[in-house]
Amino acid sequence: MVAMDNPRSDRSATPDILSDCIVRIAAQQDQAAFETLFKHFAPRLKSYFIKRGGDPALAEEITQEALVALWKNAEQFDPAKASASTWIFTIARNLSIDRFRQARRPSFDPNDPAFIPDEEEPPDRKLERAEAEKNLREVMNSLSAHEKSILMLSFYENHSHGEIAKRLGLPIGTVKSRIRLAFGKLRAALDAQSGVRP
Amino acid sequence: MSAQYHLSDELLLSYSAGTLDEASSLLVATHLALCPHCRSRNLAADAVGGELLDALPPAELSPGLMDSVLAQLGGRDQAGAAKVAVRRSDIVIPEPLRSYLGGDLGALRWTRVAPRVQQIAIDIPGCRARARMLRFQCGTQVPAHGHSGRELTLVLSGTLHDRDAVLARGDVAETDEHTEHQPFAGPEQDCICLAVTDAPLRFKGAFARLLQPWFGI
Ligand SMILES: [Zn+2]
Repeated sequence: MVAMDNPRSDRSATPDILSDCIVRIAAQQDQAAFETLFKHFAPRLKSYFIKRGGDPALAEEITQEALVALWKNAEQFDPAKASASTWIFTIARNLSIDRFRQARRPSFDPNDPAFIPDEEEPPDRKLERAEAEKNLREVMNSLSAHEKSILMLSFYENHSHGEIAKRLGLPIGTVKSRIRLAFGKLRAALDAQSGVRP
Repeated sequence: MSAQYHLSDELLLSYSAGTLDEASSLLVATHLALCPHCRSRNLAADAVGGELLDALPPAELSPGLMDSVLAQLGGRDQAGAAKVAVRRSDIVIPEPLRSYLGGDLGALRWTRVAPRVQQIAIDIPGCRARARMLRFQCGTQVPAHGHSGRELTLVLSGTLHDRDAVLARGDVAETDEHTEHQPFAGPEQDCICLAVTDAPLRFKGAFARLLQPWFGI
């Protein structure tokens, strides 16, 4: 079990520790590992579901669902493919589409006979990809709190620039240029990730 | 051969964020089934989502929430024996689209909408955008049209010639309200594609306007 002096402090659990916790749940139903994940993610999931349109009570209800799903499906987590945050984000996103939009989220099926599988990656390409992923994380971390919240509003909540400007009390021109800047940085990282042309 | 024309960053990011409508998401997911390149970009887009989740200010939780969740933890779902997927090149329509249509190409019932043009409307309850399968007989010219919104096309069989581009299986074309174009199906075989529109098409010319009721929303 990882010692955590202050479970509320922001970065008390590193990505590697969190990822390891999911692996331990899959391997041995480790409840202590689950508690570590709960402390880190439950407050953020609640924030996320409020942003997606839930009132606090509903947001908490769906937070519970997301965490139970994490426990049940821990075996599907592949630490080589995604970070703990990324994997839990996909669970939360799918739940929010189901609960707030009452829609399905179509996704591909790797076991479908018509699915075109990935080519076997040469080792240097794998390295490149790991590099690009780190790059993306650095880009995200280099964004200011303002840029992140603007990105959050435009990326997750489909607000118009005008609405975002109103909520943040900023001139619309400032909001637009910040969105363009933040989005541009992400796109550059995405393109690095994809390797070839846009 | 893999796709040459891919999903835009904007589409990919909104699919990943979960803000894209179901009809457009269906087209994105079907392209992803055919395109390892965009699947890798999709993983990166999900990573953006993960980082944003991590950056959210933590909300205050009700006391007792952790205990309530711990009480709900039962046994975990056992992953079934790992399935070995058998690849088959004779299936034209990949998942998730095949399930929305209820079968592969041979099982589909087309409706004629114009000379040499057939379609199947895909019913998606509650979705404002419209998804339909279109089948153009080889060599058929699609009537010239503009758009009042976004139009997405995913080619599944045959080729579609659009301005300078030749789109083949797996390729995506994305047009907006500023685009007017007159694509035509290649001469080799019928062109079958999935088209998603979020607003009615605007056809030009009297004959084309007759088509409006079938193509329009
Ligand atoms: Zn692609």
